[in-house]
Amino acid sequence: MERYYQKEIETADREQILAWQNERLVKQVRHVWDNVPYYRKKMEEKGVAPEDIQSVEDLHKLPFLTKDDLREAYPYGLLATPLKDCVRIQSTSGTTGRRVVAFYTQHDIDLWEDCCARAITAAGGTNGDVCHVCYGYGLFTGGPGLNGGSHKVGCLTLPMSSGNTDRQLQFMVDLEATILCCTPSYAAFLAESIHERGLRDQIKLKAGIFGAEAWSEEMRQDIQNKLGIKAYDIYGLTETSGPGVAFECSEQTGMHINEDHFIAEIIDPDTGEVLPEGSKGELVFTSITKEAFPLLRYRTRDICVLTRKKCSCGRTHVKMSKPMGRSDDMLIVKGVNVFPSQIETVLLEQGYQANYQIIVDRVNNSDTIEVRVEMTPENFSDNLGKITEMEKGLVSALKAMLGIYAKVRLVAPKSITRSEGKAVRVIDNRKI
Amino acid sequence: MTIPQISVFLENKAGQLADITEILSENHVNMRAINIAETADYGVLRLIVDDASKASSILLEQGFILTMTPVVGVAVPDTPGGLSKVLRVISTAEIDVEYMYSVFGQKDGQACMIFRVADTDGLAAVLTKSEIAMISGEDLGLH
Repeated sequence: MERYYQKEIETADREQILAWQNERLVKQVRHVWDNVPYYRKKMEEKGVAPEDIQSVEDLHKLPFLTKDDLREAYPYGLLATPLKDCVRIQSTSGTTGRRVVAFYTQHDIDLWEDCCARAITAAGGTNGDVCHVCYGYGLFTGGPGLNGGSHKVGCLTLPMSSGNTDRQLQFMVDLEATILCCTPSYAAFLAESIHERGLRDQIKLKAGIFGAEAWSEEMRQDIQNKLGIKAYDIYGLTETSGPGVAFECSEQTGMHINEDHFIAEIIDPDTGEVLPEGSKGELVFTSITKEAFPLLRYRTRDICVLTRKKCSCGRTHVKMSKPMGRSDDMLIVKGVNVFPSQIETVLLEQGYQANYQIIVDRVNNSDTIEVRVEMTPENFSDNLGKITEMEKGLVSALKAMLGIYAKVRLVAPKSITRSEGKAVRVIDNRKI
Repeated sequence: MTIPQISVFLENKAGQLADITEILSENHVNMRAINIAETADYGVLRLIVDDASKASSILLEQGFILTMTPVVGVAVPDTPGGLSKVLRVISTAEIDVEYMYSVFGQKDGQACMIFRVADTDGLAAVLTKSEIAMISGEDLGLH
């Protein structure tokens, strides 16, 4: 039997959901207008006043927010409540220049954790479960979000954070974890380790909630088979709260967006025009219940499809497909956001030219990133040791910028493919 | 009395070395010594050729990255222990050898080794003092 964390909300009829959305949107627009001069200015520039927004139908009149806005307004420019009312910040992975900081009141945290609790319950979680959370804890939203959701459901929560496989497996076995929360690639890695150590008979896992990076249906099957569990997808982004914006149910055919908190739109990424249901386009979120960091029409840059087809789980909230790509050049590698421009900055700083190519692949369920850069006369030497030293310097500068290891491959000048005079910057070989 | 060496950046991929040697042969450049130092991904090809300025301008034209370095040719007796005696002299003088390699063939019972050191003048002085003969570009048939 399907279980719900907040049944009356999760299975509410369409009219009820719309009524909530209409009421909350109008209130939220007023809240933002009154408290966020940055967005108010954007509205004024577009000639929109709070009175123009009477219902969800009017949503399209509002200006978009993008990651650039968040950077420009860093750190307090989009804050809508006094700092004394805020209790937490979370931040996106990435570097100083690209960092996004989101603020939460206690109420915001509560609602976020409710969303995560819905996801855990949809995956079969109850207060009899042991929830093993090995998303990173800290600024990253993964650990704190699922941790809070697990508390709300009443699971015994194992706040493992990431890394230290030996300890992960020991706790998983000794404390009989039943629900695993982490990135899909880490789940695949753990599955592999469990298989290698012959621990399969000793684990009690029944479900996994995996998000923060793209994963394929094949990967789901692989993890499910190796661990003997059902693997559920979860979606979210720091800008809108964190994981739990949308989550999968037993049908495993898409993620229900928590529409009582977020209004989802699909737009044409080039024109910004709202597309009808079922169209493939860029996902845009409006948070209608957030107090501290309420983003209106935030462009996620994730490309996906929405569907309101009746779901066998009984939930009525709209479903989004797995993201099928991005409308910008951001890459997600090992759960970390990587922009080619960050790599370009490092190369130029290190005396290389902006002639490079980024090759992303997935080897043994783990992402790899290689930066191919053309050798320059200035960096060349007859002494191989000097070249390898420069290469090492480049590797550590990239690590400092991106937060993850990227292999560097020095290639011959003019060897990087150029199509129609323009270099092909990114080759993503991952089959997702 | 140094010899000009051309060092070329080589990406580790099939045909790179063949390309370079073909280009040189088409332009009637004769190689006198060749040496490669490499990692898994790339390498440095070091060449002594009969006409270094011609070879370098041709390779540059073809888009290769290269650098010219002065190196020292040393005559080493072609007998057991010949090289070790030379190396001992150099190390006693505390001159660091960055790398070394040999020239094709030999002359009058002497093998020729190419030495790359930071202090070329220092090396020349030490060799002269120890009565170890140096080999000039002319000896190697360089123009």
